[in-house]
Amino acid sequence: MTLDLLQNYWWVIVSVLGGILVFLLFVQGGQSMLLNVPDSSWTQMIVQAIGRKWELTFTTLVTFGGAAFAAFPLFYSTSFGGAYWLWMLILISFVVQAVSYEYRCKPGNLLGSRIYDIFLFFNGLVGCVLLGVAVAMFFFGGEFTVSRGAMLDSNAPVVSVWASTHGFEAIFCWKNLLLGGAVFFLARVLAALYLMNAVNAGEKFYQWMKKKLWWSTGLFLVFFLAFLAVLLTSDGYTVLSSNSVVTEVELTPFKYWHNLISSPSILILLLLGVANVLLGILRTLFTKVYTQGIWFAGIGTFFTVVALFWMAGFCDTPFLPSVTDPASSLTIRNASSSQFTLQTMTYVSILIPFVVAYIWYVWKQIDAKKITKPESEH
Amino acid sequence: MNDLITVVDWSRWQFALTAIYHWLFVPLTLGLSVIVAVMESIYLKTSDSKWLSTTKFWMTLLAINFAIGVATGIILEFEFGTNWSNYSWFVGDIFGAPLAIEGILAFFMEATFGAVMFFGWNKVSPRFHLLSTWLTAIGASISALWILVANSWMQYPVGMEFDPAQMRNVMDDFWALFSGVAINKFFHAVLSGWALSGVFVIGVACFFLFRKSNRDFALRSIKVGGWIGLAGLLLCMFTGDGSAVEVTRTQPMKLAAMEGLYEGSEGQSLVTLGLINPDKKWDNNEDPYLFEISLPKGLSILARHDMNAYVPGISDIINGVDVIDGDTINTVSYEDRIRRGRIAQSALREYGMALREGNVEATHAAQQTLAENYQFFGYGYFNSPAEAIPPVALTFYSFRVMVMLGSYFLLFYVVVLFLAYKAPKWLTDKKWLQIVAMISVPLMYICSEAGWIVAEVGRQPWTVQDLLPVGAAISDIPSSSVMITFWMFAILFTVLLCAEVGIMIKWVLKATHSDIDNQSNK
Repeated sequence: MTLDLLQNYWWVIVSVLGGILVFLLFVQGGQSMLLNVPDSSWTQMIVQAIGRKWELTFTTLVTFGGAAFAAFPLFYSTSFGGAYWLWMLILISFVVQAVSYEYRCKPGNLLGSRIYDIFLFFNGLVGCVLLGVAVAMFFFGGEFTVSRGAMLDSNAPVVSVWASTHGFEAIFCWKNLLLGGAVFFLARVLAALYLMNAVNAGEKFYQWMKKKLWWSTGLFLVFFLAFLAVLLTSDGYTVLSSNSVVTEVELTPFKYWHNLISSPSILILLLLGVANVLLGILRTLFTKVYTQGIWFAGIGTFFTVVALFWMAGFCDTPFLPSVTDPASSLTIRNASSSQFTLQTMTYVSILIPFVVAYIWYVWKQIDAKKITKPESEH
Repeated sequence: MNDLITVVDWSRWQFALTAIYHWLFVPLTLGLSVIVAVMESIYLKTSDSKWLSTTKFWMTLLAINFAIGVATGIILEFEFGTNWSNYSWFVGDIFGAPLAIEGILAFFMEATFGAVMFFGWNKVSPRFHLLSTWLTAIGASISALWILVANSWMQYPVGMEFDPAQMRNVMDDFWALFSGVAINKFFHAVLSGWALSGVFVIGVACFFLFRKSNRDFALRSIKVGGWIGLAGLLLCMFTGDGSAVEVTRTQPMKLAAMEGLYEGSEGQSLVTLGLINPDKKWDNNEDPYLFEISLPKGLSILARHDMNAYVPGISDIINGVDVIDGDTINTVSYEDRIRRGRIAQSALREYGMALREGNVEATHAAQQTLAENYQFFGYGYFNSPAEAIPPVALTFYSFRVMVMLGSYFLLFYVVVLFLAYKAPKWLTDKKWLQIVAMISVPLMYICSEAGWIVAEVGRQPWTVQDLLPVGAAISDIPSSSVMITFWMFAILFTVLLCAEVGIMIKWVLKATHSDIDNQSNK
């Protein structure tokens, strides 16, 4: 296996993990609905339904981070060490989420149920928006420079140097927030579709969810279409590398539009993805009772995210452009691990289908019976 | 430069804080998951509903602990990037792989089958539920395997070579990561989790006996927890001995710090109890201890399994006396290491310039100089040998706390198990014995944390032994940012710990008012 092939393969793996992660953000979408549920038994059933899945989302995020570290360590080093506050806020939102499901209704939980519900809401809102912001940086870039020689500077031995705002500039960049908003409302769309499927609590609950779906779909479309419009009309860099060193950087007008039309696989994935998301939503909205929308929308989400990752990483495009110093931009060529490491991990990745298979089997077992009333968990 | 030092210190504090909190929860998950799996296995074999009730009781405590362990774990993984970004680049090619494999092979196993274990009663068959409980326990241990392999590699970096063109280390032998250091560390850490969980189960069970509640349930739990804990502790002691030998071989400075030993000798005694003299430096003639009680030849036996073997102290190592492959030899002094580290760094600079100029001859010459001196690369960042000495007092005291408490727990397990089988009335009636068991729970946590302090403080100032000191491993962030996140985590983790303990206490108190063995298990 050549190094180029391995780099492509691992970008595909990272994209797949990204796609699965965004699909699983239905958990966060559900959490963002918890503060204004009209019936407390509904709250309990929503928590039961998404509470059985939160660890999968969490684990996918951790694995996404691990895969990014192992396959593209310069990205891990530059983005995490640079956009410090962006990542710290994401992490804190996931820390408070991890305990909230288990602690929220237990006596002696110190803070009271309401605070844990607020934690869940915080993760639902902040986690989704900021993950969207982090992915948007794949297109709109960050303010950083990379100088490997700095390793030898005893006064400041740091390879990657970021803007002094350390991630706040990314959080308050309107272009990034367009994708942040899109991810947040998509998570709510997916949550509504999932809860319609997993919870059977009567007509009132279904109609309440449908109303949520209408609003979330409308806002998702506004944010997503705006993001897509900005993205496809944006300039971007074309970066050529040799032996993991950047040799040529060129500013290309309408870079991502060119990536899309020059790669039929990306175009087809994106169209398939968007069509499936819309199909899942529209069938649910315009059929009297339809509970299978989550599967269409889920698959569509997966395809769309994978297509976006491929637009960012393939076609000689830097997946973390530097707006400060274009030559510092990170590509899958100059940010990757060595051939030996990528090859070793590739052997391990053969087990991924087996992992997916047992997750799917367990998911079906646990969700075989619909939730019809609040249950005691232990 | 001042801010650099402050960033390093705050980043160390933050990592230490996260690791200490994380290790409060992980060992209980590692051990208690095995204990509930054994209990559930007995239930399936006997069909006795009392074992089902017992399993469910301990599984609830496991769930409460599991969640917060997961929460603190995510921070640790990402802190390698956020706070130690140079490290992530310099050795990410090697260190990242175990983390990715941990995610793919272990985390999904834990998350998927953990959901069945906690929420799957009545949703899957009893056999599949039991399989899920075991797979969750195995997943937790596999997860520990990969992170401990990664940790061991930082302390004993093998299976790699330096790539000067990219200015980073790259892996060239994956299996070398499973060194003796890694294998010992894995078993030592995981089995210490069993030992801790056994004490936890006995302590909580004795609280039931103290309240004269659920006698049979408590004795049953004590027996299962006791056997698994004792097995864990004995194997932990065995692997601890192996770890001491490995540390002597690979990190002699850490061993010297553990002992507060500055000038070693053949047939070196072991300080069993002592007070470190704060005025002692590696290059003065102060006595290293204010007082000491020593076991003759003890350290030679511990470190090299030979009562007359030579064990070097801190000053010896700095002056270039070391033990390599069992032989005492004069090796490179720390002054020389610093000099050669700087030569390696200069050669790397020259290599970069020659490469840019296309000067092949100069490139080769620089590469050769670099290769000859690379093993001391990290020393080039120091100005004096004193910078390469770990905090001696903290390492010394932590080691003694771990060993003394570990020895106490051996006695504790033997006594408790003997009484559980031969004189259960002692356990059910003697209040002082029940109180001792309850007090032993926090002592076990102190013992467990002390072990990690020895391992991690003792290897300072290195993130990667001999190659990358903490000062060259950090991120470009202001110290104020790290200070703020440190306090955010300190407050958050403390609140969540209090919540966890509060929930556990309420749960146990509530259970003391009920008849656990005759609870409905629907």
